[in-house]
Amino acid sequence: MSELLRRYGHTLTWTFVALTAFWLLVLVILPQLYLLEESFRLYLPLADIGGPRDVYTLANYRSAFEQPMEWKFWLPFASKPVILPIEAPIRVQVFVHTLLYSTVTTVITLVLCYPVAYYLAKVANPKNVPLLFVGLLVPMWVSEILRAFAWFIILAFKGPLNMALVNIGVIDSPIRWMTGFNSVTFGLVYVYLLFMLLPIYSAIQSLDTNQIEAAKDLGAPGWRTHWRVIIPHSKPGIASGCVMVFMLAAGSILVPTLLASTQSRWFTEIIQQAMFESQDWNTGSAYAFMLLVTCTVFVILAMRVFRVKLSDIAR
Amino acid sequence: MRSRSNWLFHLYIFIFLLYMLLPLVVMGGAALNDSRFPSVYPWVGFTSQWFVELFQDARMWQAFVNTILVAIAVVIISVPIGAAAAILINSIAGTTRTVLYGLMVAPILTPGAVIGISTLLFWNEFGVPAGLHLSALGQASYISAFVMLLVLARLQSFDRGLEEAALDLGANYNQVVRRILLPHLYPALGAGAAIAFFQSIENFNTTLFTRGTYDTLTVYVFSKVRSGITPTINALALILIVVTLVIMLYFEWARRRKEKALVARADTKEQITKAEAIGRNQPQVTFPPTQ
Repeated sequence: MSELLRRYGHTLTWTFVALTAFWLLVLVILPQLYLLEESFRLYLPLADIGGPRDVYTLANYRSAFEQPMEWKFWLPFASKPVILPIEAPIRVQVFVHTLLYSTVTTVITLVLCYPVAYYLAKVANPKNVPLLFVGLLVPMWVSEILRAFAWFIILAFKGPLNMALVNIGVIDSPIRWMTGFNSVTFGLVYVYLLFMLLPIYSAIQSLDTNQIEAAKDLGAPGWRTHWRVIIPHSKPGIASGCVMVFMLAAGSILVPTLLASTQSRWFTEIIQQAMFESQDWNTGSAYAFMLLVTCTVFVILAMRVFRVKLSDIAR
Repeated sequence: MRSRSNWLFHLYIFIFLLYMLLPLVVMGGAALNDSRFPSVYPWVGFTSQWFVELFQDARMWQAFVNTILVAIAVVIISVPIGAAAAILINSIAGTTRTVLYGLMVAPILTPGAVIGISTLLFWNEFGVPAGLHLSALGQASYISAFVMLLVLARLQSFDRGLEEAALDLGANYNQVVRRILLPHLYPALGAGAAIAFFQSIENFNTTLFTRGTYDTLTVYVFSKVRSGITPTINALALILIVVTLVIMLYFEWARRRKEKALVARADTKEQITKAEAIGRNQPQVTFPPTQ
């Protein structure tokens, strides 16, 4: 601090401090605290606010655990749900599905992207890499909603994918893609893929190629070079990609709405329902806070599992 | 064995590229198909009808204007904040730095819906109704973090001795910032402004909860897609794809030209050194100076 004062004087230093304080307090911390506070209060008519009924309560959170019903559990890529022998509240079911399919999305994007990131960083001719990136990044700059919309067209029952597969002779009759969580998973993977690719790419790129050569010269087979040299080095990138994809998928509104089947409900839809349909902002903030806690827990888990610091994840 | 696995690897990359790009081709193609439902199959015939319909949609134009206004506001808010925060955090160390850094990057890792709802509730407490101004504030809360990270990275290569020198030579504080610090940060500030602009245009989740009754482009597309789909959305998508491609190819082309110029200059230097070296040994041989 004294360092700043010496270099830039009082006026400028306090301007920097004021701007940062405005950001962190007014735009970040206080709104979240309000969210938390409101989530413990009831949705009341204006006349009752500040009255005897205006108390702190867990009622909004409890409402997430009401309405138990038959648990129809969708396994990844199943065409029919498994009926579990226990009853569960509807919002809990949605929450579990959201967690499961955000994780599935994260794993699929990781598996798809790692080889590509490795290829771009270490295998491809460096001259071609920028052009490859143009190809890869075009979908990134075309907005999220349009990427999801593209899959809406592709996966339609009489859409191009089914027609192509039938014409090639892979399948006899069109497949209904929009069942269970299939179409949502397809969409989430495509829409958030590049958030996995880019951090892993930059992590692998920072690895000295000599280390890979050394492993090979010492007789390590390809998979072991990856397992012992490249993957440990790219851990921060992998952690960063996983956190981003999970958070974006779990918090996605566009993809689960656009590509929903009749059975796939997403937790953000429950939040929206409370906010817009019931106009109950208090319950909405309780659910939003649950989503926030979930994502925070995932970040902490990723930091523990990969043994990286927060500054490695957000770069 | 090695060449075979390499061949498989190339095939995988090729399929991956197709996977990334074919959906865009399908979406763009549907914009030109004369079918009421957006699809490329069956191909009914070529039409430009969907572009005409798109351009005649007043709501789309209003949403477009709103989107640009919000994006400009976000740039104006988040670039100074991000730069100030980066300068501040760059000059402190220890636990304070860790805590501040954690607070600064937290909004990046927060779902947009949560940011939107908390912004809405907070300002509502002070009687500020929902609207585009709240969208701008909500978006700025996490976009500032991107700018901060960019500026912070740029600050790592900053030679603080320059500031010392300027102060020793009698520069005042404003001059130090304006003539020494800012010029070094310009590339990061420019990149930050561009990222802020495009992130803002892209944003949906935060905007949805804070927008009130106003439309932005993403919200417009969303409501269009939900209420009866027509290929006008594809027309909009095709325009965006083409614009993006042109901009990206232009930058790639500019980069290659710059690279070539650099290589050419390096070559010239090399030739001159060679000529000098030869010239020293054999004074009678003279090389015409290149350029």
